[in-house]
Amino acid sequence: MPIAAESQSDHLLHVLYTLQQQHQHISNQSINQVAAEFNLPISQVIAVAEFYSFFYRSPRGRYHLLFSNCTSCGYLATGKNLLLALGQRLGVVAGETRADELVSIGETSCIGMCDQGAALLINGLPMVGLDADRIEQAAQLITAETPIEYWPAEWFYIEDHIHQPGLLLENNGSPGDSLRVALKCGANETLKKIQQSGLRGRGGAGFSTGKKWQFCRDAPGLEHYVICNADEGEPGTFKDRVLLQNYAGAMFEGMTLCAFVIGAEKGFVFLRGEYRYLLAHLQTILRQRRQSGLLGKQILGQNSFNFDIEIVVGAGAYICGEESALIEALEGKPGIPRVRPPFPVTQGYLGQPTVVNNVETLIAAAHINLHGSDWFTVIGTEKSTGSKILSISGDCLSPGVYEYPFGISIQQVLDDCGAANVQAVQVSGPSGKLLGAADFKRKISFEDVSCGGSLLIFSQHQDLLAVNRNFANFFTHESCGFCTPCRVGTQLLKNKLAKIINGRATVDDVAEIKHLGLLTNQYSHCGLGQTAANHILHSMENFPDVFAGCLTDNSYTPQFDLDAALEDARQITLRDDDAAHLKN
Amino acid sequence: MQNTIIIDGQEIIFKDGQTIMDAALAAKIYIPHLCHYPGLTPHGNCKLCTVNLGGKSVSACTTPAMSGQQISNNTAELNEARTTVTQMLFIEGDHICPSCEKTGNCKLQAMAYHLGMLDEHFSPFYPRREIDASHPAILLDRSRCILCDLCVRASREIDGKNVFAIAGRGIAAHLIVNSSSGKLVDSDIDVSDLATNICPVGAILIKEQSYTIPIGKRIYDQQTIVEVGLQEAISEKTKHDHD
Amino acid sequence: MTTTKIRIATTSLAGCFGCHMSFLDMDERLVALLEHVEFNRSPLTDIKHCDPCDIGLVEGGLCNAENIKVLREFRANCKILIAMGACAINGGVPAMRNHFDLRECLEEVYINGTGVEQPQIPNDTELPLLLDKVRPLSDVVQVDYYLPGCPPSANDFLRILSQLLEGKQAVIPANSFHFD
Ligand SMILES: Cc1cc2nc3c(=O)[nH]c(=O)nc-3n(C[C@H](O)[C@H](O)[C@H](O)COP(=O)(O)O)c2cc1C
Ligand code: SF4
Ligand code: SF4
Ligand code: SF4
Repeated sequence: MPIAAESQSDHLLHVLYTLQQQHQHISNQSINQVAAEFNLPISQVIAVAEFYSFFYRSPRGRYHLLFSNCTSCGYLATGKNLLLALGQRLGVVAGETRADELVSIGETSCIGMCDQGAALLINGLPMVGLDADRIEQAAQLITAETPIEYWPAEWFYIEDHIHQPGLLLENNGSPGDSLRVALKCGANETLKKIQQSGLRGRGGAGFSTGKKWQFCRDAPGLEHYVICNADEGEPGTFKDRVLLQNYAGAMFEGMTLCAFVIGAEKGFVFLRGEYRYLLAHLQTILRQRRQSGLLGKQILGQNSFNFDIEIVVGAGAYICGEESALIEALEGKPGIPRVRPPFPVTQGYLGQPTVVNNVETLIAAAHINLHGSDWFTVIGTEKSTGSKILSISGDCLSPGVYEYPFGISIQQVLDDCGAANVQAVQVSGPSGKLLGAADFKRKISFEDVSCGGSLLIFSQHQDLLAVNRNFANFFTHESCGFCTPCRVGTQLLKNKLAKIINGRATVDDVAEIKHLGLLTNQYSHCGLGQTAANHILHSMENFPDVFAGCLTDNSYTPQFDLDAALEDARQITLRDDDAAHLKN
Repeated sequence: MQNTIIIDGQEIIFKDGQTIMDAALAAKIYIPHLCHYPGLTPHGNCKLCTVNLGGKSVSACTTPAMSGQQISNNTAELNEARTTVTQMLFIEGDHICPSCEKTGNCKLQAMAYHLGMLDEHFSPFYPRREIDASHPAILLDRSRCILCDLCVRASREIDGKNVFAIAGRGIAAHLIVNSSSGKLVDSDIDVSDLATNICPVGAILIKEQSYTIPIGKRIYDQQTIVEVGLQEAISEKTKHDHD
Repeated sequence: MTTTKIRIATTSLAGCFGCHMSFLDMDERLVALLEHVEFNRSPLTDIKHCDPCDIGLVEGGLCNAENIKVLREFRANCKILIAMGACAINGGVPAMRNHFDLRECLEEVYINGTGVEQPQIPNDTELPLLLDKVRPLSDVVQVDYYLPGCPPSANDFLRILSQLLEGKQAVIPANSFHFD
């Protein structure tokens, strides 16, 4: 019996997902079954099952709740610890499954609901606008074993919050328009248009899209592939979610356009597991496009133009947003970044030339081809043409999606979204830049402050060290573990930060965390480790008082809590005399 | 025109397809490394071979040599970073050398000697990792594994088997065995496999052999890791024997 | 004639006294050394508390509350503190108990151990409480020098002490030390 569910391809990640749905975990038996079916070593299947956060090797509850731990949509965002509250209410500890296997709870990295209030995934479905009241009601529904279909629909309703549409968000051309233009003027002209538009990748690195397509087109290979990176995992980023919900047609059009230019017959959308709820919607649009002759064989009647798109859903791993890790995941392996060079444009999916582009990049490409490159270059700056879609959240009145011409100042953005009394802005997520008021006049552009798409706003009442701790936990959790500086460095940074936050650190500890941060950034293998210490280094640079304010005057303090280290022994011996304690 | 690169001011010749590491070792220039073994596909995970190439940090073992490259290798700054990375490998695992059968034959230890690493600097993690003593002749003590992936590659590329893999993520990454029980005894590993013998540390050990050579008379009691590193290579013959 | 002698204190915490034995391996060279140094608190003198000293040599890691008190006394009184031997530097062999929970260790010894007659985990207030994990010295105090080896050889001791006696920084060159 084939294990794959109907609506999904038989990708390894999907098969594992389906088995987990059936058995609440991936059992050894499932592992063996999958290894046999895919003709893979058992060890590879285990490696995959143990790499992705959403796969479990021991049973979860029938209600499995994963709270986001993002600073914006996380379980602490309302000021109350909602995770703890639910756990206490249901008698279950985070990370564990209740003995009756009814419920399990835990936390997960940002789920991209940062403009929706505190949020969680229940059996994979995002539930938003959490507060103490909603948590209590959820506890009652779980206890009564009410199927999730019967829970209040508004808990699962995700509003778009497009507050400021621009070049891309205002345009949603009709399906096929851009492709017809491309077929008329040919692949060379189409590529030239993209190049002339100056379009640069919207996923963070900002590489010229025209160049990328050109390199891939010129690279020899048996096949060429185009991949849409919809893994949007950078905490605070949710613009791709809004684009997938409302502009997926344009995104598929952009992929098809790219396929036309580079000569690909197959494309993939790698959708982050947190956005699985969008899968059915995306499949519907794909179906419509096939029916309209915009995908499949002989697209728009062009004899030699065959192209189709498969959606592969991830399973909880930020690193899979890194393009070579994403390709590894597509190939059914753990998402460990490859050695680069070779870059995907020459050796990507299955070793063949591959374009990987962000959702927004592909949508922009579709529009540029339709409206011409001038349409795009009239806005933005010289080196950053066009517009940028921002996900804005945190301490502001109107969190949501805003589209601006490149070159907009941070201050303008803050004014527009109703952010007052701002202490700091984290631009481009934890891997980006932490800036204070002195930098708010700076401009969002590749020349100045580059931004993959998110602004997290922290007002004066926020404790920046808590923000640092949150980000340090994020990187520790998401490090793939491949290289030493990141695998161990992120953990050491987290430990040192904890010492600082606990008020036990000395001046030397601060020097040490800086040294460690620089080393992790400089010696790590990929972009994750190379940016993992940014938030700490920027905090030290832009907010020196934050660290200085909580140091002890001692010249040296223990690396661990001495008295706590005696707690086990006190419990075992039932002692509590003076000698059973140590001063730190 | 000959292909040349410059390492620490010394101009050396390289062949097409060589990495910076290949070219350096061929020219008898040592670049520290733990996860690399000449003859196996380079992996680039330990990061000890990081060199400075035109202001950028790159792994020598995976970066192709290209004519005109100016590379710094044996500098105080790089060696200091290498010391920190080595300390990270020590504290992440459990390295109690006096009780380890590999002592004196261990590359991690020899690397520490080479870099003048006297202490571990960081607070040790003291992880608890599984020991696999199931096999009659081979022991796997994961607490000393530095996740270098050499055994994984040796098994796949030279032994023509697939005994090992690395699973898990981040600090929870760990070595697994490809068998239905997950135990070595049920795998097709042999004592003579390269995978059994290539472990740079005391994670994969051949049983009842460890004290045949007494402490004080072992590899790194006689030689430095530099000398050993310049001699090593999987001979083409071994490779063909297994083909 | 020497003016004042350099004052040295030594102690063994969670160690095996091997480092001390190795120190004594200096044999006749110890006599020459004693012209320049005197021993304060040390198992060699049986002095129980530290006076202000120039050099403190600490063997062994930290396994209980008492170890920490002694170490702090050394740090407070010694101008230069040397972690001698593997256990002082990274916990060493005693740290192998860190593979187990403290309760497991104690139950194995005092409850389930072979030949145990009155199974009970000792809880006398005279006994120092055990730390949950055995730790290196540098986890609690600033260490000035590390002298690796299990144990460091008599030569290692002589070298570091003579450098310090000459008022120099102690330097242990690469490839001149061992962890075993
Ligand atoms: C750790 C890490 C995470 C990333 N996450 C994403 C992501 O979620 N979405 C994305 O488009 N690019 C992400 N990137 C960048 C991709 O590697 C790649 O540069 C991008 O997808 C290329 O598309 P573009 O040229 O259209 O920007 C990430 C990079 C790193 C290092
Ligand atoms: S930097 Fe981090 S995420 Fe990237 S390869 Fe290294 S361990 Fe993996
Ligand atoms: S593996 Fe090497 S470094 Fe680790 S304990 Fe054994 S000898 Fe020491
Ligand atoms: S067992 Fe040895 S060879 Fe294998 S990954 Fe670990 S350290 Fe490397």
